[in-house]
Amino acid sequence: MLILDNIPALLVAIPLLMSAIVSVISSDRIAWLFALLTTLVCLFMAYELIDIVSAKQILSYAFGGWEPPWGIAFIVDSANVYLILLVSFISVIATIYAHTMLAREIAVEDLPKAYAVWLLTIASLFGLSMTGDAFNLFVFLEISALSSITLIALGAGQDRRALIAAYNYLIIGAIGATFYVIGVGYLYAATGTLNLLNIIERLNELGTNQAAITGLAFMLAGIMVKAGIFPVHIWLPAAYSYAPSAVSSLLSAVATKVAIYYFARLIFGIFMNITQLIDFFLLYVLMPVSVTAIFYGTIAAIYQTDIKRLFALSSIAQIGYITFAFSLNSHSGVSSGVIHIINHALIKGALFMAVGIFALGIGKRATMVSLRGVGRQMPITFAGFVIAGLALIGVPLTAGFISKLYLFKAVFETGNGLFVAIIAISSALSVLYLWKIFEVMWLQEPYQPLKIEKEPAVAYISLWLMVIAIIVFGIYSNGVSSSGILAANALIGAR
Amino acid sequence: MSSLQLILAISLATPLISALAVLLFHKNKNLRDICGPIGGIITFTTAIVIALAIIDGQVVSITLWHIAPGIELSFRVTALGTLFGLVASGLWILASIYSVGYMRGSKDKNQTRFNFYYAVAIHAAMAISYSGNLMMLFIFYEVLTFSTYPLVTHNQTKSAKDAGRLYMGILVSTSLLLFLPAILWVWVVSGTLNLTRGGIIPVDFPSYLLPILLAMFAFGIGKAALIPIHRWLPAAMVAPTPVSALLHAVAVVKAGVFSFLTIVVYVFGTELLSSSGSAVWLVWLAAFTILVSSIIAITKDDLKARLAYSTISQLSYIVLGGALATYAAIEGAALHIVMHATAKITLFFCAGAIYVNAHIKKISELDGLGTRLPHIFIAFFIASLSIIGIPPLGGSWSKFLLMVGSVDSGIPLILGVLAVSSLLNVYYLLEPCARAFFKPAQKEFHIENHTLTIFPPLITATLSLLLFFAVDWVRLLTNLMVMP
Repeated sequence: MLILDNIPALLVAIPLLMSAIVSVISSDRIAWLFALLTTLVCLFMAYELIDIVSAKQILSYAFGGWEPPWGIAFIVDSANVYLILLVSFISVIATIYAHTMLAREIAVEDLPKAYAVWLLTIASLFGLSMTGDAFNLFVFLEISALSSITLIALGAGQDRRALIAAYNYLIIGAIGATFYVIGVGYLYAATGTLNLLNIIERLNELGTNQAAITGLAFMLAGIMVKAGIFPVHIWLPAAYSYAPSAVSSLLSAVATKVAIYYFARLIFGIFMNITQLIDFFLLYVLMPVSVTAIFYGTIAAIYQTDIKRLFALSSIAQIGYITFAFSLNSHSGVSSGVIHIINHALIKGALFMAVGIFALGIGKRATMVSLRGVGRQMPITFAGFVIAGLALIGVPLTAGFISKLYLFKAVFETGNGLFVAIIAISSALSVLYLWKIFEVMWLQEPYQPLKIEKEPAVAYISLWLMVIAIIVFGIYSNGVSSSGILAANALIGAR
Repeated sequence: MSSLQLILAISLATPLISALAVLLFHKNKNLRDICGPIGGIITFTTAIVIALAIIDGQVVSITLWHIAPGIELSFRVTALGTLFGLVASGLWILASIYSVGYMRGSKDKNQTRFNFYYAVAIHAAMAISYSGNLMMLFIFYEVLTFSTYPLVTHNQTKSAKDAGRLYMGILVSTSLLLFLPAILWVWVVSGTLNLTRGGIIPVDFPSYLLPILLAMFAFGIGKAALIPIHRWLPAAMVAPTPVSALLHAVAVVKAGVFSFLTIVVYVFGTELLSSSGSAVWLVWLAAFTILVSSIIAITKDDLKARLAYSTISQLSYIVLGGALATYAAIEGAALHIVMHATAKITLFFCAGAIYVNAHIKKISELDGLGTRLPHIFIAFFIASLSIIGIPPLGGSWSKFLLMVGSVDSGIPLILGVLAVSSLLNVYYLLEPCARAFFKPAQKEFHIENHTLTIFPPLITATLSLLLFFAVDWVRLLTNLMVMP
């Protein structure tokens, strides 16, 4: 019972503690094993959390017995419990994938420390998704930024441009974090509290307050950087494309998603009563920005020849879909955004995994030229890649279709034909870049005979676990769609 | 699982099994080539059993899975679907025999791949015809597109690849831009996608949006080849003739008009369309397509290109019938699926037979060939008469019912369109026969004799004749579709 009662704290504490232990281990295999065990334990705890939340509705965990508003509280409710499960699921699979993939991409002596930072990142992601304290969130934001920058910089062994990518992320991320913390300062000045639930009450008492509005604006701007929302996404394409492939698949799957979740929580959960700002922000800032992101990301991806960068750009577009769904400011919009957070994490994670395996197979960066004819040489990976790619387009029987289904539902409910056209046209455009890759990999002949290295079986397994999840969620959508609806109930209220 | 469900499962699985058998027997030519005809016979037999059950008033359905509320993976055989299933599987038997003769005659090297995708395409067509849910129909609509792409580009030449790109470009983009959003729209407003007689669009759906929804379906279903989205069909003629015959006279294009008719009858409901008048614009667009593509057909000297434009024109008869949405018109449209398929596959068989037996593609070079290949040209003549609509051939019934339908719906001008179109048909379809029989030969023909390419067109031509007398049997099914 002791463990069950303290799951929110343990989800952060265990990876944090293990991170310290792993950093002093010298054997890379044992370090990996420890990392895997840690993520497995986290997955188990996250699974238990669902039962607890469905019984209690909302779980508020006070650290050290210090009740909020004095102490720090973690909040778990139906809005974030699925996010926690998603983070833990992806981190297990990404850790399995890292086993051989990371070992081939970075120096062996760096491996244990890499796994230590890896666990640190995962701990910070759990913290970000649970914390109910505005300043504590800033702390996790910084941990997450610094640890993922380290992981991205590890890509320098393969390509020196990883260092520049990591440096850019450092600078831009620091600016974002500064904005956020300034916002927290204003908010604290206005309300005298940092606990999010407490802030809601105080804001209701205060009514319209300029300091609180200013604080909110700063906080949203800061989070947008971390969430990779256009136009402050500029750190993202380079960071994802030069990071080691295991890191790319972990970060692209869940790192931005956690920030997007918090973004939604700020808008719909905390500040929903400051309607003058929220309505303005959703309609005149977030919606145009999201539509631009959708088209910019998709069109830039069509012209991109480096495959990892192509999928990073496609992530910009996909994040655009999520924020577009939020900007509709309706129950079905929020639930479809949450559904796409889950599905896109699986799809993009799988795609980056597959690209990593291809790059390993041919022994150089995956581009439109180097991948010619590779599909026929590596059919198992290619099959998984194609399924994940079809899911990205939103083909029926894949998870991507469920996202598309609910996004269309939200859009049709607005009754605005232009929105329907935006979604239909952009998703048809995304066919172009995927078709181009499929054609290159399957139909074209390589310039010189390919020497394919044998792909590691562990990497196969992790890719196919993701692909199976994509298919299962595509034909059995009740779990994901009801979690989206429950999350929307918690965020925006059952309308 | 009841015995009828088992029959339905066999009917759907047989083409797929046949496709796998083709791969399995790729070393033995004869064993490989017999897979198609045997699969066809089994599928056709099961289709007949299903048809008898449907006429008997039984429900034939299999539900596999619910993807989301109202969206399920299910097969539920409708009367219209039964008809299309019979046509696709019945003609597959002959087409697969014919393609053996054709491919051997033209000494093709990639026959295994060809047979494989051919069977997969038939599987998709059967699944489309038995779909019980609009989403299921859409999934196999896309499977049909993707499985026919390797067939269109079969010759691997530059022009074949360009044609393949146009083919995929038009069919995939229209389906993703319009067809799928339209389906999802229906789902959002009605909460279900199950095909139901009388339609599923709720009564409170704003009537000014009906024409928009209809347009999304009419243009989203690119396979129905309405002008201006018809260009993939002539382009796809670079494929070997058996592909053009089965896929671009029967399976693919008929899947398009079948989907459209299904949507008219089982999604909108004929009552809603005819009473709201939201399909009048489509009537005129279809009439326009009928006339314009007939005129283009006259200008084509390449026999297959002429037949392709003739197909575009004849497909619009079916769209026209759906848009008129009266009982007679719908029935005429459904009958025309059967009648036109039988006649047009004959014409394509003949075009291919002329090519492999005499190596001629152009109509202007047919002079005097009639006496050298008499069977082929007799079949061609009979099928032409059926498409023109002259009794006692099957095509006369469907045209008659369409004319009745156009009078019923209060747009008698359409009668004139149909009459002019018949005249144009006379001109462009009878010219090849006239040249072959009445003009003196201008050069020496080098004739080969590939028996397998000659008797299938004779059989299908006879079928066109028989369908005139057996129309009451077909109407047992079409009546079920329209009668309340």
